[in-house]
Amino acid sequence: MRTLPLDQSVAMIPDGASLMIGGFMAVGTPERIVDEIVRQKKRDLTVIANDTAAPGKGIGKLVDAKLLRKAIVSHIGLNPETQRQMMAGTLEVELVPQGTLIERIRAGGHGLGGILTQTGVGTSVEEGKQRIEVNGKSYLLETPLRADFALVQAFLADYLGNLSYALTARNFNPVMAMAAETVIVCAEHIVPTGVISPDHVVTPAPLVDYLIANI
Amino acid sequence: MEAQTIIARRTARELRSGMLVNLGIGIPTLVANYVPEGMHVFFQSENGLIGTGAPPEEGMAHPMLTDAGGRPVTALPGACTFDSAMSFGLIRGGHLDLTVLGGLQVDQAGQLANWTIPKKLVPGMGGAMDLVSGAKRVIVAMTHTAKGAPKIMKKCTLPLTSTRRVDLVVTEMAVIAFPDGRATLLETAPNVSAAQVVAATEAELVVPQNIPEMAL
Repeated sequence: MRTLPLDQSVAMIPDGASLMIGGFMAVGTPERIVDEIVRQKKRDLTVIANDTAAPGKGIGKLVDAKLLRKAIVSHIGLNPETQRQMMAGTLEVELVPQGTLIERIRAGGHGLGGILTQTGVGTSVEEGKQRIEVNGKSYLLETPLRADFALVQAFLADYLGNLSYALTARNFNPVMAMAAETVIVCAEHIVPTGVISPDHVVTPAPLVDYLIANI
Repeated sequence: MEAQTIIARRTARELRSGMLVNLGIGIPTLVANYVPEGMHVFFQSENGLIGTGAPPEEGMAHPMLTDAGGRPVTALPGACTFDSAMSFGLIRGGHLDLTVLGGLQVDQAGQLANWTIPKKLVPGMGGAMDLVSGAKRVIVAMTHTAKGAPKIMKKCTLPLTSTRRVDLVVTEMAVIAFPDGRATLLETAPNVSAAQVVAATEAELVVPQNIPEMAL
């Protein structure tokens, strides 16, 4: 794990990159990283996340700045700008049931070739997918998701990169920290190694590539 | 009594002590206001919380403690938090005793459409498909009609949320279940007749001889 200033961390992200971004309606989204992506005007991004939050909040800021080419998300209902860009054909949106989305990310990070779920069987979600019978029940084969970068918001990060999370800000973050080539973490608090007790480490340090330095 | 109050109060009578319950947005959220006194129910928010409590008092909101709509909530004593994989494992894995969801349409076999109106409203399904496919019991809490048009139809014209049959539909007029895949009138609201329910319903409704009044 290396500690880097915010601007250098974001400078590593090329235009056209795929990003997993933690957060649920911007709760648990690394806002400092999002703001810096907007400042550096990274373009043609593919974002994998639970939702696109709302205008001016979290991933909504990337939508406002028209930096996204594609969003793979479960919900855009609270962001009219995402819906507008989708209708206008400038932003491709792939809607995935939330439980399927997190499991596809988990599969990507855990070395699985996919997951089988009953969610979506017989609905429009099934289109183009393989249906597999197991013990008399029908499942959809859902393929794994990975990304170039995972942008993770933690509550505590220690000097080695061990992470813990707070309350409902955990959501997609620890699962995404397993599923990207490069993991960049922003933490509410950077604390000495040992402050997070071994039982309370949620994301182990070897998964973290870069920790964004305090200002 | 307002329609949504009738629906929420009647739905709350389906709660049992110790249940793990997920409430959807809108009328379903109101069900939490009518938990019978002395009963302990675990409410889940699918963003990663069991033990979801009422909104906090003014000035006490925590930016990292929210419900699935992103609104500040409180956490009751004994609450716990977890990631989204665990949250949906609870939902799909047979651990969620009950989900209460809103509805756009329900067909006479009990199939629900509640996530999109193509070309008009495309919010995304969020957790709705997982909840309907995975919860042990699914209750749809919705108004009986929309601008006078029946929402309980012969066949849903909107895209389905799941092919799994819901267990109960609670409206301001009636309680309807789907034994053997046939919409059946179980109860009528106070001052509502079975004939009025049939008139406001497009689905073929099985109407038994004696229909009790909804207890609120």
